Amino acid sequence: MGPYIARRLLQAIPVLFGLSVFTFLILHLVPGDPALALAGDRPLSDAQLQEIRVAYGLDRPLFEQYTSYMAGVLQGDLGEGFHSRRPVADSIREAIGPTLQLALAGVIVAVVLGLLLGVMAALFHNTWLDSLAMVIALLGVSVPVFYLGLLLIFFLSFQIQIFPATGSEGIRNLILPGFVVGFSSAAYIARLVRSSMLETLRQDYVNTARAKGLSERLVVVRHALRNALIPTITFMGLQFAGLLGGAIVTEQIFSRPGLGRIAISAINNRDFPVIQGIVLVAGLTYVIVNLLVDLSYALVDPRIRYG
Amino acid sequence: MDNAQPALAPTLAAISDPMMAGQPKSRGLLSDTLRRVARNPGALIGLIVLLAIVLLTLLAPVVAPYDPTRQDTQAIRLGPSLNHLFGTDTFGRDVLSRVLYGGRYSLPVGLVAVAVASLFGVLAGLAAGYYGRWVDTIIMRFVDILLALPGILMVMAIVAILGGGIFNLMIAVGLAAIPDYTRVVRGAVLSVRESEYVTATRVLGATGPRIMLRHILPNVLPPVIVLMTLGIAGAILLGSTLSFLGLGIQPPTPEWGNMLADGRTILRTAWWVSFFPGLAIAVTVLAINLLGDGLRDALDPRLRNR
Repeated sequence: MGPYIARRLLQAIPVLFGLSVFTFLILHLVPGDPALALAGDRPLSDAQLQEIRVAYGLDRPLFEQYTSYMAGVLQGDLGEGFHSRRPVADSIREAIGPTLQLALAGVIVAVVLGLLLGVMAALFHNTWLDSLAMVIALLGVSVPVFYLGLLLIFFLSFQIQIFPATGSEGIRNLILPGFVVGFSSAAYIARLVRSSMLETLRQDYVNTARAKGLSERLVVVRHALRNALIPTITFMGLQFAGLLGGAIVTEQIFSRPGLGRIAISAINNRDFPVIQGIVLVAGLTYVIVNLLVDLSYALVDPRIRYG
Repeated sequence: MDNAQPALAPTLAAISDPMMAGQPKSRGLLSDTLRRVARNPGALIGLIVLLAIVLLTLLAPVVAPYDPTRQDTQAIRLGPSLNHLFGTDTFGRDVLSRVLYGGRYSLPVGLVAVAVASLFGVLAGLAAGYYGRWVDTIIMRFVDILLALPGILMVMAIVAILGGGIFNLMIAVGLAAIPDYTRVVRGAVLSVRESEYVTATRVLGATGPRIMLRHILPNVLPPVIVLMTLGIAGAILLGSTLSFLGLGIQPPTPEWGNMLADGRTILRTAWWVSFFPGLAIAVTVLAINLLGDGLRDALDPRLRNR
């Protein structure tokens, strides 16, 4: 398993490098003078612009700017927001907690609901339960996150007041937003699990398991479901970026604090250091999550552990 | 991706060629596919609903009962009625008319974004799969980086770089979708690259770009067509999300995402202001997804002879 981990770690390096280059270049990709981009909508004199250039090192060669940017990043220094007037790392540190919490709630909803619907559809293949699960799955990939959020708020918070529409304290405030974030992934997982289980349930070894007298429950849980887990875990890893994005949008609907709030205000204010910081941190989070996903394969699939 | 472009640019025009050439084989696939889609009730419903939506959008100036931007101070936040089927908004504008006109912004975003994404994504995927080695490594690492960012954040960053507006929104949503096409096409190319017909063409003296565009591309088209169909749905969702967040198409232009955002704060008292634009997005995306699923089943060689 050692070489497997080492190989995965090595593969992450070029992605991280590319990510840092992309993040660094955001400011320089803005058409025109980066100092003007930093200034945003504020009218500044030439002397003030020159000050910005010196303060942000924009007067130095690009490569030098990148290395000094990276030197800062590696020490946890993401620069200072030009509009927010505070260290970007501090803003992100405050905001990332609620966002990750919401994304995690989404993961739980996606996996639990997705497995439930997928298993139900496969076990009752070609019955009304199968159709129902697939209709829910189709809705999940078609209804926009923000629309689902508003509908739930309207019915569950305004009409029958079960859940709060806003607020971020405690589990009760996490249920609706978590459902909104996880629902579309649950839909994908349901389809994935259904087709994987239908495939597995036709295999000879499943017949063997049945023939040797295992209960149907054991056949399903040990053989069919276990094989459906690998594609599900892979999907969740790849989908994590999507979940993070869903969390950013959902935060807006439920007026929750988090990366979404600072990202949107940063874009509206053209506060590029903050945008750069958020992009970098989101990408980094994705890479780490997928490393963990790859490692978890080894736990689920013995062929990888010993391979 | 930049590496692949110069080599392919001169033959760009040839892309449409193999598709339009109308060889008996591809016509067979087309009519066969249409027949299969027509037999799939879900796909058929999707197609009909989608055509209806497109038609209504195109005919908006004719069928819309009111001017979508006209404000009527006598009709503020009226609920759905015979005069205003979808009600009116805070400025007394007719929601139905705005929804009909809104399609003229939301739908093109989906179409243009997918055109951008598939053009660059397919070319990069062809190059990565066909040339392999360092070309493949560079392109796929690039794809890995793009995949590491949430699509919505990627689009937000690009909008921050380019600025707002419908055109930049289309480009941003398109750029974010490139990796999907690259991965699918690369995988498909790898599976046909070593086939005998490709070797035969090479022996006959065909060069890389010609082999890729004339011989490999037609054979990897089915998954791309499916991806493009579902991609339009995804792009409409992403585009309207950006507008919902206030970073895409700005009010007073009627666009489904920003109309929904408009009604968000008055949801409790005037639900119809956001309900109907959201319904328009959901129904459109649902119809496209139904059609896409049907196309996938129809084009999947493993399912074809059942």
